[in-house]
Parts: sequence; C-alpha cells; structure tokens
Amino acid sequence: MTELTEASVRAEVRAWLAANWNPDLGLVEWRNKLIDSGWGVPGWPRQWYGRDLSPGLVPAVEEEIQKSGAIGVAKAGIRTLAAATILAHGTDLHKQKFLRRILTGEDTWCQLFSEPGSGSDVAGAVTRAELRGNKWVVNGQKVWTTSAHHADYGLLLARTDWDKPKHKGLSYFIIDMHQPGVKVQPLKQMNGHASFNQVFMTDAEVMPEFLVANVGDGWQVTTTTLMHERRGADALRSWAVGSTREGRAYDEERAEIATVMEPYKWYPQRAGRVDLILTRARETGRIDDPVLRQEIARVLIMSKSAEWLARRARTAQELGRPQGPEGSLGKLIASNVARAAARVHTQISGADALLSGDDGPMKGVIAEILVSVPATSIAGGTDEIQRNIIAERVLKMPREPSIDTDKPFRDVPRNTVS
Amino acid sequence: MKFSFSPEQEEFRSNLRRFLADRSSTKEVRRLMETEAGYERAAWQKMNVDLGLTAVRIPEAYGGQGFGFGEQAIVLEEMGRALACAPYFSTAVLAAGAILNAGSEADKRALLPGIASGETVATLAWVEDNGRWDAEGTTLKAASSGGGWTLDGHKSFVLDGHTADLIVVLARAPQGPTLFTVAGDARGLARRAVEAMDPTRKMARLEFNGVSARLLGEAGQAAAAFARTMDEAAILLANEMAGGAERLREDALAYARMRMQFGRPIASFQSMKHKQADMLVDVELAKSAAYYAAAALDEGDSDIPAIACLAKAQASEAYLQTAIHAIQIHGGIGFTWDNDTHLWFKRAKASEVFLGDATHHRELMMQRWAA
Repeated sequence: MTELTEASVRAEVRAWLAANWNPDLGLVEWRNKLIDSGWGVPGWPRQWYGRDLSPGLVPAVEEEIQKSGAIGVAKAGIRTLAAATILAHGTDLHKQKFLRRILTGEDTWCQLFSEPGSGSDVAGAVTRAELRGNKWVVNGQKVWTTSAHHADYGLLLARTDWDKPKHKGLSYFIIDMHQPGVKVQPLKQMNGHASFNQVFMTDAEVMPEFLVANVGDGWQVTTTTLMHERRGADALRSWAVGSTREGRAYDEERAEIATVMEPYKWYPQRAGRVDLILTRARETGRIDDPVLRQEIARVLIMSKSAEWLARRARTAQELGRPQGPEGSLGKLIASNVARAAARVHTQISGADALLSGDDGPMKGVIAEILVSVPATSIAGGTDEIQRNIIAERVLKMPREPSIDTDKPFRDVPRNTVS
Repeated sequence: MKFSFSPEQEEFRSNLRRFLADRSSTKEVRRLMETEAGYERAAWQKMNVDLGLTAVRIPEAYGGQGFGFGEQAIVLEEMGRALACAPYFSTAVLAAGAILNAGSEADKRALLPGIASGETVATLAWVEDNGRWDAEGTTLKAASSGGGWTLDGHKSFVLDGHTADLIVVLARAPQGPTLFTVAGDARGLARRAVEAMDPTRKMARLEFNGVSARLLGEAGQAAAAFARTMDEAAILLANEMAGGAERLREDALAYARMRMQFGRPIASFQSMKHKQADMLVDVELAKSAAYYAAAALDEGDSDIPAIACLAKAQASEAYLQTAIHAIQIHGGIGFTWDNDTHLWFKRAKASEVFLGDATHHRELMMQRWAA
C-alpha cells in the first residue's frame, strides 16, 4: 500500500469529485454516492462509510469538497452528536439503522438530557424508564431541547434504577419522536424567540434493542455526547450556511439548512456580534470617543486572541497532538467576549439602546444582542460549570466534596419543582 | 500562519527550560538582583556560549544562527518564565533589532558578530525623561562636524544602560530621526543606574555631553527602522510576559494544592477553582496573541504594527492580573519579601509600563487598525 500524503489525498478527492459531483442530483442521492465513496466522513472506520483516514488529513478532504462547490454530508444540528455517540457506543444494528440516514440528512435528532430539576447537574435526571414486558416505558419531562419539534429521533437519558447512586442508575436510549406519548412544546425565551422546547413523555415506548450500551451505563454514554457538544458547540451553530449556487442539490440543501438552523437564528446575536462593533462605532460617530475607543479595543483584542487560541487548539488536533489546556476554554471565553461586546454595543448606541424592533438601531439587531446575551453564560453548560470542568479536568484540582454520589438516588434530596 | 511549534522547537524549549531551571533558580535571581549590574558578565557569557541565545535571530552571515522570531520568542518566553537575570532583552532584542533594521551592510558586519558571540552587551537608548515611547519624543541632538557626529542630551529608562558596551541611540539630526552607536565608555557620556521597581531588570539614565557617535544606517532615515524595532520588541516582550504569567499561574496552583485550611486543601474550594480557571483563560489568551504575533513577524504580515499593539496590551493585562491573583492565592505570605511571587509581580508591573502600557497600545491599535 502506498503511503498517504496530504497531496495524494487531495488529488484523489479532486479526481473523484470531478467524476461524480453533479449539482442536479437530488440531495439524498448525491450524499449516498458521497457516503459510498468514503470521502463523506473519511475519518470514520471503513466499515461505517469512512476511510480510516488520520485526523490530520481529514481537513484537507473537507477543504477539497468545499473548493469544488460540492455539498458534504449533513452536519448541522444535533445529528453530529448522535453520530459520534452511536459510533462510540452503538450496536451494529444502531449503526446500520441510523448512521447513513444521519449523513444523508434524512433524519434529524434532538438531545433529551436536561430536565427542569437538573440543568447543570444532568446526572440528577428523574425521567424514568421501566421495563414492562418486552418494552421500556418512559415517563418524565425534558427541557432546553433544541430542534425537538422537527426531530425524528432523540438521545434520551433516563433513570432505570433508583436504588443505585445517581451516576449508576441511568440508562441511555434512542427514542422515536413521532410516537404517541411524546409531546413537544416550544419554550419562549426572554428575547421572544423559542429556540428550545419542553418535551413531555407519557408512557412513551422504547424497544429494548434501542438501549445504547448496557442498563446502568447511561452516564458514560452521556459524557461522550457532552464532550462532542462542548468541542463542537461553535461548529454546531456556525456550520450551516447554504451555497448561493444553482442546482437541485443546492436548493434542497438550502431548505434543509433553513429547517435545521431555524431554532438557532438568534444565536449569532448571542456571540455579541463583535463583527458589528466597528461598523456601529463609525455610523454613530462614537469611534472618535477616546474612552469608547479603549473599550472597543479591549473587545477586539479579546476576540482576536480567542480566535487564535481556538486555532491553536484546532491545529494540535489536526496534527494528532495531545490537546493543551486551550481546548477546554472556548465556551467560557466566548461568553466573556459576548458580555463585553454587549456592554460596548450599549455604550455605542447610547439612548438608542432603549429601542427594539424596527425602531431600534440596525432594525432591531442591536436590541437582540442586548437581550440575548445572558443566555451565553448559561446555555450548553453554565460559566460556573465550565470553570469547574477546567479546574478539575484540566488543572486537576481536587473535586468539591460531594454528598450525593454514593447514596442510593432514592435518598438524595431533590428539587421538587416539576 | 503557523499555530504549532515544530518538534525541533519543542526540544529547544525543553532544553532551555531545564537549563534555566538549573542556572536561574530564584535563589540565584535574588543574588543577582542585589548586584548593581544585575547579572554577572562571565556567567552570562558562558551561558550564552553554551546556548547561543543572543545568536538565535542574527543571520549566519553575521555570526548568528539565522533562526526566526518564532525561535527568539521561545527564548524570551522561557527567560520570562525563569525571570532570568541577563542583558538579553537589551542586547538581543532592542540593540540587535535596531542594527538589523537600520544598519548598512558594513554596520551589520562590524556590530553583529560581537552580539552574536555574547561578547558585546548592547542596548537601545530612545526614551527620555518625558517618558514617550515613540520617536517624536526625542530631544537628544545630533550634530555633524568634520565627518563625525556628536550627541548632546539625555536618555532615560535605558535597559542595562550602565553596563552596556555598545549603546544604540536615537537622536534628532538636522536630516531627521537618526540612529547612532556609542561606546559604553565614550568620553562625555555619564551613566547612572537608577533604582528600578523591578530589581531583576536594571535601568540607567544617560547624559550625553558632546559624545562622539557613529552613524547607524543613513542620517535622517531611521523612522521606519525604529518603528519596526519597537513593533518587534513589543511582540517579543509579550512572549516574555506570557512565560512569566504562566509560571505565576503554575506556582499559585501548586501552592493552592498544598495549602490546607478548614481541613482541606484550598484548591478544593470552588472560589479557588474559578479563580484558577480565569487565570488559565488570561494566560492562554496572552500566549495565543504572543505566539500569533511572533509567527506573523516571520511571515512578514503587513498588519504587524496593529498586531504588536494587540499582543502587548493583552500580555500586559494578563501578566499583571495573574500576578495579583497569585499573591491573593498565597494569602498573607504572598506579600512578604521571602515569598517569590513579588519578584514576578514587579516584573509584571515593569513590563506593563515598559514600551508603553495597555491603554497606550489599545489606542495605537485603534489608529493602526480601525481608524
């Protein structure tokens, strides 16, 4: 076998695309071809649509696909987390049934972890799954469920044993969202948008073969999903931008992206829109205010440094090197940047910061930024939890003494709100 | 743009770190900072010969090793980490930088080999009592007479100015801003060490009374070369600061693990953990900006003037903030003379001000980048 180099991989991808890419194919038809070639997910195992390509070479493939204008496999939304989790912990049946349709974009997914009584403490879940006859029966409520309203399947964390300590009594299931007993209700946020849902499960059924890993191993599987979520949080939100080119596949991709990204449409505002700061400062004339210039520079410096930090982490990953501490800091820094940016936007807009909607600066975009920013430091794991994770996992600082990890979950004091 | 160090660079860094851990213990730092020179010439020259530190970025044609800013940034990060007492920044960053940027071929051949070999301790004298870090603040006058030049005026905040063998001086000549070189023992030059807040980095005030000087490069043409030297110095200082900040962070973490209060290590308290996480954020942001800026120098990025300001401002604030947190984590012992933290705190404070503070650099960045 000849040694793979970046140049040889690029040449091979280019040749394959030249022979096969056709924008007039149906999106699913094209993606099936791409998946069969192994270039859709080249880092995955050969057995499951990939090529076992080393992580360092994968970006080259993605770049070639992008350069050619061809559409890649479906990536936006929670489906990426589902794929990573199923690859790591799923059975062959799960892989056969779900992976291809995740990649073609035919199925979308949601993640049923958080509950009204367990936000950051995901392992405190009280949604129960009981084995009745030959089926698991699920009862409980989940919350903060992005995309649940159009999801085909959910990644479900549920309690299967109340007599074991909290982390040991959980199991992980794949649940069909289009079944009786699963009710999805949008949850309106303080900015007026509904990016998330509440999901109510009443005697919803799961076949035993859709248990992931073993009964009681749910926490272990959940950590895999969460790890991918933290690592890919920015990608999950920023990936999906439709091409402006013409062709049937492009049209279908644009429709897909519109659906998947619909709940995320306010997310760019959450980032504090650092990119708008200079524009706004110029159009308001505040760019000449020496005090404000200092504040603007602070945000630009923080945001640029954060961008370079993320690139350091990504480079290490691409080179297959152990990631340094920089890899864990992204989410915490992003929320620092967003808060600082919102403060500066307020200063730049002055009295106009009182206005929203069409009356507001930039037709309401600024108001969106200002009322959306508190979510940044909560969604996807609070800043406090991120700091704990950094301290305990990266800096190896001793854990807080915990009082709930050893006793049966039944005896752990719990929030009674539901 | 490069975002990782090569295996060779990593090896260079770990060798240097080991070497400095051995030769620049805080005991040694404390001994040297009590001397007037702030370093011992023989020991520094030997260390420099062993490691070729001042030669790193000097081209081979002038007796150097011909590496880039990336490698020199590693030297500075490690020296900043160890708080090494040596005339490195003055010689290899400021003086060598000015000579490389402004000097003619003949100047470089004459001046750089001595610096590369470690024999010549050199520095750059540009700022004056007015404390302006730019060329416009220069009042020191250069006059030509009979084919030679003489300098009259003063320079302040000159790193290692009282011990340097060679001083590169920025002066106002009739033709415009001009750089000169002056021998440390030149007639008419009075040098006085000033008491510096950071005792590990010595400074001097220099008086020039009709001191004869040699032209470096062309008369009246120094503005661009000087500005470039300042940008490079800001970036390399940012790397030095990033190294110091990381060391402080690590030491504070080690202390928090060891220090018991209320029956458990203080590192187990959430307030400590959150502070450490925030410190890590500060330090990693500063490192990223400093590394990026050094790589940008090697790639000839046209945005260097703005990037230099960004890196200096980021590193200044991160280093000082880390030092403040580090003292806080040490508690009462943290503000005693016996504890080492204050040594880095003072370096952080001095580095914050040297070459212009964060406010200065933020404004400059806005002028260069935004409007």
